[in-house]
Amino acid sequence: MSIDTAPTASALDATSGAATRRDILHRLLMTLGPILAALVIAGCILLAVGVDPLAYYGYVLEKGLFSPLGIQQTLTRMAPLLFLAAGLIVAFRAGMWNLGGDGQFLLGAVTAAASAPVFVQIMPAWLALFCAFLIAMVVAMIWSLVPALLRAYQGVNEIITTLMMTFLGTSLANVLVKLVFRDPSTTVPQTRTLPVEDRLPRLFETTITSGLLLGLAAIIIVHLVMTRTAFGLKLRIVGANPRAAVHSGLGVPGLTIAVFAISAGLAGLAGAVDIIGVQGNVRADWNPAYGLAVIPAVFLARMNGFAAIGFVFLLSVLSIGGESAARRLGVPNHFTLVLVSIVLIVLALAEYFDHRYNQSRKA
Amino acid sequence: MTGLFSEVFLSALLFGAVTAAIPLLLAGLGEQMSEKAGVLNIGIEGMMLAGAYLGFVGAFYSGSLWLGFLTGAAGGAAVASIMALLCVRIGLNQIVIGIALTLGLEGLTALLHHFQFSRSYPRLPAADATVIPLLSDIPVIGPAFFKHHLIVYLAVALVFGMSYLYRRTQLGLNLQAAGDKPAALDVAGIDVIRTRTIAVLTTGALAGLGGAYLANVGAGLFIPFITNGAGFLGIVLAMLARGRPIWVLFGALLFGVCLSLTTAMQVAGINIPTDVIQMLPFLAVMIMLVLFGRRASLPAALGIPYERGAR
Repeated sequence: MSIDTAPTASALDATSGAATRRDILHRLLMTLGPILAALVIAGCILLAVGVDPLAYYGYVLEKGLFSPLGIQQTLTRMAPLLFLAAGLIVAFRAGMWNLGGDGQFLLGAVTAAASAPVFVQIMPAWLALFCAFLIAMVVAMIWSLVPALLRAYQGVNEIITTLMMTFLGTSLANVLVKLVFRDPSTTVPQTRTLPVEDRLPRLFETTITSGLLLGLAAIIIVHLVMTRTAFGLKLRIVGANPRAAVHSGLGVPGLTIAVFAISAGLAGLAGAVDIIGVQGNVRADWNPAYGLAVIPAVFLARMNGFAAIGFVFLLSVLSIGGESAARRLGVPNHFTLVLVSIVLIVLALAEYFDHRYNQSRKA
Repeated sequence: MTGLFSEVFLSALLFGAVTAAIPLLLAGLGEQMSEKAGVLNIGIEGMMLAGAYLGFVGAFYSGSLWLGFLTGAAGGAAVASIMALLCVRIGLNQIVIGIALTLGLEGLTALLHHFQFSRSYPRLPAADATVIPLLSDIPVIGPAFFKHHLIVYLAVALVFGMSYLYRRTQLGLNLQAAGDKPAALDVAGIDVIRTRTIAVLTTGALAGLGGAYLANVGAGLFIPFITNGAGFLGIVLAMLARGRPIWVLFGALLFGVCLSLTTAMQVAGINIPTDVIQMLPFLAVMIMLVLFGRRASLPAALGIPYERGAR
């Protein structure tokens, strides 16, 4: 089933590596212009509720981008988002809709949070963290098995099944936190806290978690695998035309299961990197819903790994900067959601008009 | 445990199930209409939130629930008009815009509520029920099904109205064709864009009404993020219903029972975490999918923007 032609159309042209300098400049303009327009629209909403938009944006930029502490937080926030984006790129390029990222993310987070504090007591720290990552990945992969098998062998639409599994996963993660992995030493329902010194090492002299490097590595590897390897080509063919893929002798069911496993595994790793790098534990009812916000970003990046890094960075700046600007100005934190959504919509519009303009020039 | 099967308990459970089912029913019926017309509406959660907020504000200031339902439906339709403009007319990706609208309305309604009511959550007076004579005297079932606000009966009647629409009317056929073979519809001289726009706007109005019901009758107040995934449940319902409004009703009732069970069990003092009970409806559907594993029949052109003369 193909819900959209856009991913399949762009899936097969993997020439993005050969972008010229003019193209890059053009893309930069096409990104910054719409963002500016979005800021103006969001500013009008702020004005309407009686908040000075310039002060708000000042804080967003200062806290999200220009203050040393802020940029460190922004880069730290990128780590889980990059993993999620990498997982989505695999699924979308293969023409499959993994909308269950949040469930996979949370289950990965909870199992990593439960296992890491136990492992660090019995083995060297690096091995303990590695094992926690592995467990998070495997659990998320197993979680995606039902939608994968149903899609591969029964043709059941994966949008329904992954949505269902994400609701189930969110509840299951809560149950695990409250009943199974609950830290007996506190009254708050949460898992045992991983000591700060056992978490992922910080980069250099900063507070940036080294999870950022893992995330960057993940998304770049995914990009290269999808664009440069035979395996990636097979997945893109499945995405572009499943029927043709069957006729050309590709094992579509096997590839489908592989796509779900990789996509979910990366989402599980995203959960683990957030816990082991930053949070240290999982509290009950914690659900940052990163997965939902990353989906449009990956689309706007046209499933291109490098472009996705840029969009994830933007998302991080807006969310970190927005959170602190909101605190300072007494605006509820929820305004960040409004800001992000307006930016996404305006970017999508700009993308469209740019595309139309190019087409009319070619014709 | 004996309390669990008392007449009062059972009828309270079923009453709660109907109350919980109505927003899902309206959202599911709405989503079903867009899907038939070929638009996958992921923004339905946002439309419900707009409906819940505006519906509450409308009812709060006017003192009339009906006016609240009206403003709620209008709010949902207003959000849907953005979706119609961007996804139907311009042809932007439906999932990107749908998710963006959901995120945006989550933020916007929470923001507006904050600036309007700060941290207080004013309540509406309890909605008065329309009691259906005779039927409401049946033990257990009577109080559970026949003592609701009038809009509940209208929502159930809508199910049959929709069935009629899809099976017997030209508009119903047009909607179906807009989702399955838009080019054929175009050749027949009917405007695909317009048909889809009608579908999306109706979806928004129904989702908005569902949201307004949730806030005004179900909860009696508005809290940010009040829909709590109801819109996504609507999407799931529509996809499972395979194009039949009556299946949306059954599905909504199934979810409603499970949601109602959550509160009922707490009242009965049974110590199962709410999270476990919340998993029940999803588990039920997954089991059904695994057991029967039938192909979900979706319109051929679902999610593909229509452009005249393209391919």
